[in-house]
Order: sequence, then C-alpha cells, then structure tokens
Amino acid sequence: MADHQSSLREPLVSAPRTLGQITDDVMRPMHARPTWKWWAAFAVAVSLLTLGVSTVAYQILTGIGTWGLNRTVGWAFDITNFVFWVGIGHAGTLISAILFLFRQKWRTSINRSAEAMTLFAVMCAGVFPIIHMGRPWVGFWAIPYPNDRGPLWVNFRSPLLWDVFAISTYFTVSAVFWYVGLVPDLATVRDRLKSGLKKALFSVLSLGWNGSSRTWARYEVLYLLLAGLATPLVLSVHTIVSMDFATSVIPGWHTTIFPPYFVAGAVFSGFAMVLTLLIIARVVMGFEHLITIRHLENMAKVIIVTGSLVGLAYGTEFFVAWYSGSAFERFAFINRAFGPFAWSYWIMVSCNVISPQLLWFKRLRTSPLALFALSLVVNVGMWFERFVIIVTSLHRDFLPSSWAMYAPTKIEVFTMLGSFGLFFTLFLLFVRVLPVISIGEVKAVLSFGRKGHKPTHEPLTAPAPVPADRPDVVPAPIPLSGATTP
Amino acid sequence: MTFAIGYFDDEAQVLTATRKARESGFSVSDVFSPYAIHGIEDAMGLRPSRLPWVCFAAGMTGATLAMGFQLWTSVSSWALNVGGKPFASVPAFIPVTFELTVLSAALTSAFALFARAKLFPGKKVKVLPRVTDDRFALVLEERDGAAASFLQSAGALEVAAETPQGDAP
Repeated sequence: MADHQSSLREPLVSAPRTLGQITDDVMRPMHARPTWKWWAAFAVAVSLLTLGVSTVAYQILTGIGTWGLNRTVGWAFDITNFVFWVGIGHAGTLISAILFLFRQKWRTSINRSAEAMTLFAVMCAGVFPIIHMGRPWVGFWAIPYPNDRGPLWVNFRSPLLWDVFAISTYFTVSAVFWYVGLVPDLATVRDRLKSGLKKALFSVLSLGWNGSSRTWARYEVLYLLLAGLATPLVLSVHTIVSMDFATSVIPGWHTTIFPPYFVAGAVFSGFAMVLTLLIIARVVMGFEHLITIRHLENMAKVIIVTGSLVGLAYGTEFFVAWYSGSAFERFAFINRAFGPFAWSYWIMVSCNVISPQLLWFKRLRTSPLALFALSLVVNVGMWFERFVIIVTSLHRDFLPSSWAMYAPTKIEVFTMLGSFGLFFTLFLLFVRVLPVISIGEVKAVLSFGRKGHKPTHEPLTAPAPVPADRPDVVPAPIPLSGATTP
Repeated sequence: MTFAIGYFDDEAQVLTATRKARESGFSVSDVFSPYAIHGIEDAMGLRPSRLPWVCFAAGMTGATLAMGFQLWTSVSSWALNVGGKPFASVPAFIPVTFELTVLSAALTSAFALFARAKLFPGKKVKVLPRVTDDRFALVLEERDGAAASFLQSAGALEVAAETPQGDAP
C-alpha cells in the first residue's frame, strides 16, 4: 500500500474506510437476512444441542451409572470436557485483557468475538461439574450459606470448592468486561436504527450512552482496571483447575508443573479456537479487511509460543518422573507413552507439539486455509491432552487389582457433542444479533499506520447511502435542529 | 444557558479546537465522539478519575471479607478436621480470597462508573446527530456569538446553537 508511514506500522484495517463505513460494515450482518450457510450451521448446532439436552435429561433421570465409568476411572469424559472448555475460554480474556495492557492494537478487531467465545466456553464448562455431581438439584450445596444442617460450612480447603469460586468469578468478570466493552457500540447501533422493537431493545441495553468525553474518560479508566483485574484472574482460573489434579496423590497428577503448564495449554487451545471461529466468520461476513491476515498471523505466532511451552512441559514432566526416583511416578509416565492408551498420548504429542511447529513457515502462517486446518488439529490435540492426563493416570494407579480399561459410553459422547452444540448455537446467535467487531475501538485504530488519514467529508445535510439490504436503517443525516431521542 | 455546538469529522481537529477553546477562555461543556479520543481529558481539563480508588477499596474489602469469612467458618463456627489440616490453614484460603477480591473489585468499579456517569437501562437521552457514528461535537458555552464564530474558525463543518441535554452541565 502506498500510504504507509512505515513498513513497521502496517495499517490494521487493510481497506480504506471512513468512520461511517466501519459502522456500516460491522452492522451489515446484523440486518442482512441469514444466508443458507448460516442456517445450515445453525441447524447442525441446534441438533447437537438437542441431542445433548436430551442425553443430559436422560442421565439425570436415570442416574450417573449411565456413564459406565470404571471404578478407577471416575473422572473421564466429563472432566476432560470441563478442563477443555475452561481452557478454550482463556484466549478470549487473554486477547481482551493482556493484549490490551500490552497496548497491542491488533486485538481490536478480534476481542469482541473472542470474549463472546470465552463466555460461551465457560458456560459449556460449567455444565459438566454440575452433571458430575450426580444430583444437580443440590448443586447449591457448593455455595456457603447459612443452612439448617447445623452450622455446616463448605470445605474451603478443597480445590473443587476453589473451582466453584474461580469459574463463577471468571464468568461474571468476563461478562462484565464484555458488556462494558459493548455499551458504546450498542449506542451506535441504537442511533442507526429508525424505530421498532430492536431500537427499544438497544436503547435499554446501551444505558443511555451519548458519547460524552467525560464518560469516555472514565470509561477508559474502568476498561483498564477491568483488564488489569482479568489478567491475573485468567491465570488463576486454570491454575486452580490444575490444582484439582495437582493436590491429589495420584501419580501423573501430583506435579508442581501443572499450574503454568495448564495455563499455557489453555491459551494454546483458546487461540486455536479463536482462529477456527474467526477464519470462518471473516469470510462469511466479509470482514477480510477488518480481521486481516496480519491478525491471523499474530495469533499463529502465539500458537507457536504456547505450543512450544506445552511441548516443554511434556518433556519436563517425563524428566521429573524419572528424576523423582518414584517407581509409581515413573510407571505412570511410561504407561502413558507405551501403555494401552499410548495412541491417545501420541495423538496429543503430534497435534500439540509437532503440528504447531509448521507455523514457523510464513507461507502457512499467512494462509487462512492452512491455519484453519492447523487450528482444528490443535483443538483435537488439546482435548486429548486432558483425556491423557485424566484417563491414563487413573486407569492404572497404585494397586494392580484396581486396574481397569476405560471406554466412553454413548451417553458420554452425546453429552460432549451436546456441549459443542451449545457453544456453536450461542456463537451463531451472537454473530446475528450483536456487533461482532468492536466498532468504537476499530474506529480509533483506523488511521493506524496511514499517513495523513482523513475521512472524506460528507456534509451533514446530504444523506449517507443506505444499503439496499437494510431498509430499517435510518438515512444518516439527522436534522441538526433536533437531537434524536431514542 | 445556550450552547454552541461545532461538528467535526476529524479527531485531531476536535482535539486542537478543544485545547484552543480553553486557552481562549471558552468554557468547554463537553466533547462528544464515537470513540475515546486520547488526550481529550487534558484538552478539556478533566480531573483524573477516582475509579482506581473505588476499585482498590472494593478489592481490599472483598479480600478482608473473604479471608475473614473462611477463618470464621473453619476455625470458629464449625471447626472441621479435614485430613489433619490445621483449622486456620491460611494458604488454602488464598484462592477463594483472591477470587472474591477480583470479583468485588470488578463489579464495584463497573457499577461505580454506571452510577457516576448516570448510565442505567431505559435512560432517556438526547444524542447529538451522528456523534456515536462518525461525527465529533465540541460543545461550548455561548457568549454573545463568540463561541460560534470561534468554532467556525476552528474548522467546524457545521455550527449549531442550542441547549443540549445529556451530560452537559
């Protein structure tokens, strides 16, 4: 592009756009009729969700025995899925909070959908421990409240209780962060709509935002504070999840490396999921100029780093198992790599350690198709990582008399599919009803890397073009004499 | 009181105009923009937000309550021997304390912003045309037409005189 200031600062929005056009671009999918591709994806997602809901209803009515868990492998598919989904959520907070603190402006086009992904993934994760309780209707027992069973309180020394606090806090703070980020954009949408239910809804949700700089100044402070709070929070959540394992005495679980290893793995799998979703979304919604190859490439670089960290953790685990001199520990790891579940171990290694190294090649890193394929591979690999940790450690523990093989039942598989259905249903609805890209933040970086950028002057009195597919949008100029009252 | 509203289509222009307006002795009522203009708080002469203090106080309160509650339940109200661990096992209480610190700090700060900026669901508000889309508006207190002519000279695309609602004082 000819209008670069410097080759070090490539524009973040690759096509020349004015402020108003950014609003148009982002709002277009909210008004256009859904395409058949969206309907097809939605049909698949809702079918999976229905399958999942009916499966969960069946297992709750019948009992947890429908899982067919072996006595030694009491934590299998469900906790695998729990850890998997919590991990997926982490990239959202990482993109929105940590990259914000590091002043990484390239996050602006992707943070909104990444945060939405976080919320939906945490919802999916939350389902599993609740089902795993066996009696979900007494799930509230995990919350400390004055009860009539004597002054009986929850056990605050249990990592499972820490999970309750960690996951619910994470969900709440992520939701607040997401919503606070949405408010100015909701106002933008509100002011573009003419009338009707949609406008009323956006008026309520946008809380009366009017773009005042007094509010903006405070808003920026709040956003910074929330980012600062969410950053340690995201690290704490997966650390606490890892402590579910690390504070036990099972060989293969009882390791001090777990907290950082789990956090790295979470970021790794989360970025892979963000890539999977955004590569589809940018093509389907025509956001190639907003979610550029550069965004994809930067995420690919994060995947290389975290994939290598995960690989390092696998190696360290093995080394420590040998170096500890503990026969049980050593056995657990040799059994992992060469025992009856060796296939899952090697799927994990090839997907998580070997495949991301391909991203060192710039050609692969900048090819959406290759990235999409690799992101799926990483998702599979990270799911298997949790499976390996849980199943291979449990199926052969201290006593050979309690050894058992484990295979998932239909119920477990359907529940897992149902969680994917829930995730994709929510995501597909999200892209239809809310601005998928942070309009305000993208506008702020529009001139980034451009010399003398200035939006073309449209006089206030001349109507801005209204796309034919958006009859409900008010033609832009509003008479100056009367401000609009939503 | 009447106000002069100057509409701009460029961030840099409105920033310069705001700075000049204050230097020329005009009273800047507010600046409306579709995104946060960095440096506008200096140009407008806004005092730094006190939200960080709210956040800090809420975090400390959350931490104290969480740790206090855990110690009270585990040591005093119903001391339960779990695996021979001490009753006042402070390190084991850190995760929950941390989570509640973050939770109360985040929620309180967010609600503090909403309260301070008077943002609430269903608020009736007058929005200047296109300021949430692609226009920047500098609102000055009018002094016998001086503000309007200042805005003209500062490069405003259009100048209007009226009494804006919303956050304007």
